[in-house]
Amino acid sequence: MGWRTYLLAGAVLLSGCGGRQSTLDTHSPQTHDIAVLWWWMLGIASVVFFGAVGLLALAWLRRRTPGLPVVGENEGINRNLVLAFGIAIPIVVLVTLFLVANVTVLGATAAPRPGSTAMTIRVVGHQWFWEIRYPGTAAVTANEIHIPTRTRVNVVAATGDVIHSLWVPELNRKVDTVPGRANRILLYADKPGTYRGQCSEFCGLQHAHMALQVVAEAPVQYRAWLANMARPARAPATPQQTAGRATFLATTCSSCHAIRGTEARADVGPDLTHVATRATLASDTIPNTPAELLGWISDPQHVKPGAKMPGLSLTPAQFREIAAYLESLR
Amino acid sequence: MSAVADTSQGRARADRLERIWREPSGLFGWLKTTDHKRIGLMYLFASLTFFAAGGTEALLIRTQLIGPDIHVLGPQAYNQVFTMHGITMIFLFVIPIATGAFGNYLVPLMIGARDMAFPRLNALSFWIFAASGIFMYTGMAIGQAPDAGWFDYVPLASRAFSPGRGIDFYALGLIFNSISTTAAAVNFIVTIFRMRAPGMSLNRMPLFCYAFLATSFALVFALPALTCALVFLELDRRLGFNFYDASQGGDPLLWQHLFWIFGHPEVYIIILPAFGIATSIIPAFTRRRMVAFPLVALAELLVAFIGFGVWAHHMFATGLSNATVVFFAAASLIIVIPSGIQLFAWLMTILSGTPSFRTPLLFIGGFIVFFLLGGLSGVAFAAIPFDQQLTDTYFVVAHFHFVIFGAAVFPILGGLHYWFPKVTGRMYHEGVGVLSFWLAFAGTALTFFPMHIAGLLGMPRRVYTYPADLGWSGLNLLESIGAYVLSAGLLLIAANLLVSLRRGAIAGPDPWHGPTLEWTIPSPPPAYNFAVIPQVTSPYANWDEQDRAADLRALDAGERVLEQGHETPSSTVLDAEWDEALDMPSESGWPILLAATLALVFTMLLLGHWVTASVFAGLLGLVLFAWHLEEPQEG
Repeated sequence: MGWRTYLLAGAVLLSGCGGRQSTLDTHSPQTHDIAVLWWWMLGIASVVFFGAVGLLALAWLRRRTPGLPVVGENEGINRNLVLAFGIAIPIVVLVTLFLVANVTVLGATAAPRPGSTAMTIRVVGHQWFWEIRYPGTAAVTANEIHIPTRTRVNVVAATGDVIHSLWVPELNRKVDTVPGRANRILLYADKPGTYRGQCSEFCGLQHAHMALQVVAEAPVQYRAWLANMARPARAPATPQQTAGRATFLATTCSSCHAIRGTEARADVGPDLTHVATRATLASDTIPNTPAELLGWISDPQHVKPGAKMPGLSLTPAQFREIAAYLESLR
Repeated sequence: MSAVADTSQGRARADRLERIWREPSGLFGWLKTTDHKRIGLMYLFASLTFFAAGGTEALLIRTQLIGPDIHVLGPQAYNQVFTMHGITMIFLFVIPIATGAFGNYLVPLMIGARDMAFPRLNALSFWIFAASGIFMYTGMAIGQAPDAGWFDYVPLASRAFSPGRGIDFYALGLIFNSISTTAAAVNFIVTIFRMRAPGMSLNRMPLFCYAFLATSFALVFALPALTCALVFLELDRRLGFNFYDASQGGDPLLWQHLFWIFGHPEVYIIILPAFGIATSIIPAFTRRRMVAFPLVALAELLVAFIGFGVWAHHMFATGLSNATVVFFAAASLIIVIPSGIQLFAWLMTILSGTPSFRTPLLFIGGFIVFFLLGGLSGVAFAAIPFDQQLTDTYFVVAHFHFVIFGAAVFPILGGLHYWFPKVTGRMYHEGVGVLSFWLAFAGTALTFFPMHIAGLLGMPRRVYTYPADLGWSGLNLLESIGAYVLSAGLLLIAANLLVSLRRGAIAGPDPWHGPTLEWTIPSPPPAYNFAVIPQVTSPYANWDEQDRAADLRALDAGERVLEQGHETPSSTVLDAEWDEALDMPSESGWPILLAATLALVFTMLLLGHWVTASVFAGLLGLVLFAWHLEEPQEG
């Protein structure tokens, strides 16, 4: 393990191979531009940083010698160097940065002009999950945005309560969801994949567990997915599932959640019509496996303390029936 | 050279001044004091106590985040702890230690005055500050600490989403606190403009005082926006107003605008005193005058001014119009220039001088390194798309801790060592000082640098935990280890200074051959500060030996001594020509009584007892009236 190993490890880490939410692991032209801007800024900042620290080091080496190297004691040169390093050079660098960042890249990452995209998705932040709607269809889902690849998607981001911030770092910059405003952002993915996002404006107790996934898939698959999402829920196929549905509708589950095609029509919590198709539960807090699902509905406050979903006093058998029903909602 | 009385006439005059200016010792002497040095020391101890509280909160945060999915603190406790950490460090530590402790103790000494312009107002500032801190920590003690972050965005902070008393402790506590800060700022402005020693025209004023002047002006203009925002918030929460409620025609972004109109100048308010300390330490330890003095003075004032035009860069992700964000990005880039001027003026001074890298200058070196890191990452936030990508991530946490901790607190730590001999009369231990610097330096770098990378890897700020599979775990472990190393460094500094209080070598009046007037008088300074009011011809008065010799001759002759009463001279604003001798008030019990009454008013407001609150407000009027019956007599 020499320094080369560490350097390599650092480079791997920085290039984002370690994470699934890295601003440097870019999958759209927008994040690519921002990342290029970042690497340039890092390069220029490094020159300034090491230059200035170099002056400090030089001062230490020459601590017994008054005056500057070469020119000696000369107040006029001292002052002119301050003018050059403190005013002249910064003006050139800053004007360049301004033009590149705030004219060129800003234009590239701007919200799409109204009507310039083929499709729009509406995302509503809630404490603590994301509601996702596909205008023009009946599809409503949560915490999992599906988009077709190589398609510009206009996302309208709003909030149902406090300010959240919709951020999928590998696809685009973030945008806050502010009450009374409909902010917009472009989502575009170069290639199929799953990109993690997370609320990035502090929104209360479970801000830490308010993540989402953007699933980019080939347009054909996307259309099939959307058609399924727009359909009402399947009918239960086994006696256990039927019992689960009955319990769901009879208890407080249905006073918060909707399952389209049943009497459950509330919109306080996530729409569960096709909950079994989602990869994760509780805003990307746990994987959507039968065991995790059962654990989550039996004791939500253990998984996500402070979440709005209360623990219900049902029997273990009733929880298993509800879980069986929910697992059938594909 | 120092100007300590060394003839029998001189000593006799000094003794007479001592009898006139000496305050009672003991507890009541401290409670009633109006001596800027005693008030400065009380500010120092109180703000360091809050620093210990804020530091403990930081360690709790770093322990909770040491690994993924850890549950040392639950989400509720975590949110309270990080909110109180921010409030404590900004409002109860950095500002009060910089202005209250360093400013109070040193500004009168540097300008050759015997006290601040308004000594009783000064005492009032301290007692209100202390009471407001106790007020806010009472909330934490009863489990009702604010938990919406130090910038407390609505609607999260509205009654609907934060129904407890925590946000009310925050809002009322900060209104209370800002009374203290405003009073202190006004006091500094008048003191610096009207109390300078004869001959100290503005162009001969130490850069330290320029920094405090700029900070004070910024405070006076920034705090009203915060107060306004907080009053609106309380009206919304308590009386059903709708300033911030979008569903009733209000706007939550109004809070953000008002908060950051205060909040961004606040950053410069925090850092300017640190610049002032740097410009004091650098000449003393490089044994030369500052390079480009007028440029640095101008830059200090410009930073405070331009700082008012950049607030919306905290709001680039809120959906402001393009024209707005571009304007604020441009302003944010412009402010880089005065900061750059100062940075290179410090560097060129150190480079062209003969620096002696003792503890105070080491802390300034650390300050320069961290200011570069925090400043350069700050420039990146003026690139709007980058800001919109990285805002509210750990990259921001890294950035502002390098600014507020690295760049603002390191000079304070250096200043504690630099002026320790002046305040206590004893030297700190140099070897331990150097060791504590390197521990604090390494700890700071290790705590905050990896946060840049965590932010780039997508870690949002203010999360109480994080999953293991996002590549953040190793970085967070490093940060937490750094926090413990940093704590060890800070504890070592405290131990060194505490032991040196009793064990340190006797310092004498001028151990560093410092440039400014405080080094002309004995250590610790006598109650009257200056036996003879100095006559000044440069910003480096202690290096002007002929002037100081003239001062001693004046003392023997009884000129500029003002030994007939409790007096200090005032001078004209620009040229500092001798104006008149002012009769200064002596110790008074009214300031602490007034602060206590005000605390009762705020407590009643918190409890919603409006009638009782107005009764106490009436009592407040009576106390003010009684205070003014005790005016010093004319002539």
